[in-house]
Amino acid sequence: MNRKEKKSVPKQHETAADTVEIRLPADPKLLKIVRVSVANFCEIIGFPAEDCTSTMLAVDEACSNIIKHAYRGPTAKPIVLTMRRMKDGLEVILQDYGIKADPKAIKSRPLDEVRPGGLGVHLIRSVMDRVKFGNSKTEGNELRLVKYLPGK
Amino acid sequence: MLEVNTSKKDDATIVSIRGDVDLYSSPQVRKAIIALTAKRTPAILINLTEVGYMDSSGVATLVEGLQQVGKYKGQFKIFGLASAVKEVFELSRLDKVFDIHSDEAAALASLK
Repeated sequence: MNRKEKKSVPKQHETAADTVEIRLPADPKLLKIVRVSVANFCEIIGFPAEDCTSTMLAVDEACSNIIKHAYRGPTAKPIVLTMRRMKDGLEVILQDYGIKADPKAIKSRPLDEVRPGGLGVHLIRSVMDRVKFGNSKTEGNELRLVKYLPGK
Repeated sequence: MLEVNTSKKDDATIVSIRGDVDLYSSPQVRKAIIALTAKRTPAILINLTEVGYMDSSGVATLVEGLQQVGKYKGQFKIFGLASAVKEVFELSRLDKVFDIHSDEAAALASLK
């Protein structure tokens, strides 16, 4: 093996293991696949069990919002979930190709108001350390979520 | 696959849920609860012992049940919350809104 091959093989391996991309139809039936994938990736990165569960909840809520609001119901159109290991935690990117949302409209509702619905955004913001919504792409929306490892 | 079973015990009607409650399955839970509140069932106990995961749509379903029961002054209690389910209630600050019990015996004992 020459020097060039020696250098490239480990690098490719590291890149492949650090990023996982899942593309699935925006159908509530398939949300379990998202949950299992997120919880397992969190575990691989080294998050404690409670953080794996809460991050799974946040990503599940974000996917539910895509189905309900961006696609207005189940559809064969995709949700693209990208999970990336960072040196200090996890970055999740959710891309959809649905109706563009107004970033100002994406907010938590007051919790002293006891009524069904509207809790998803609050749960996402409570669990994740960074939440950034974007709709500048030609099509759809992009949500970036970051969760730092404890002590980072 | 979610399972929802309704049974009677003493003066209470127990709704036992088994599986994950999410956007896909919560309508099934809602259907069972609404069927009971439509009949003005006086005491509804929700058994979550076998629910490992619940999202905000599941919580919203239970809030709706609680509100419906409140309209006719009935009782609505939940019990057997796993830590992941309890966390959703705590994050939503609904743990103080619901009458939550550790198990069926405690929920039954609390009935007025």
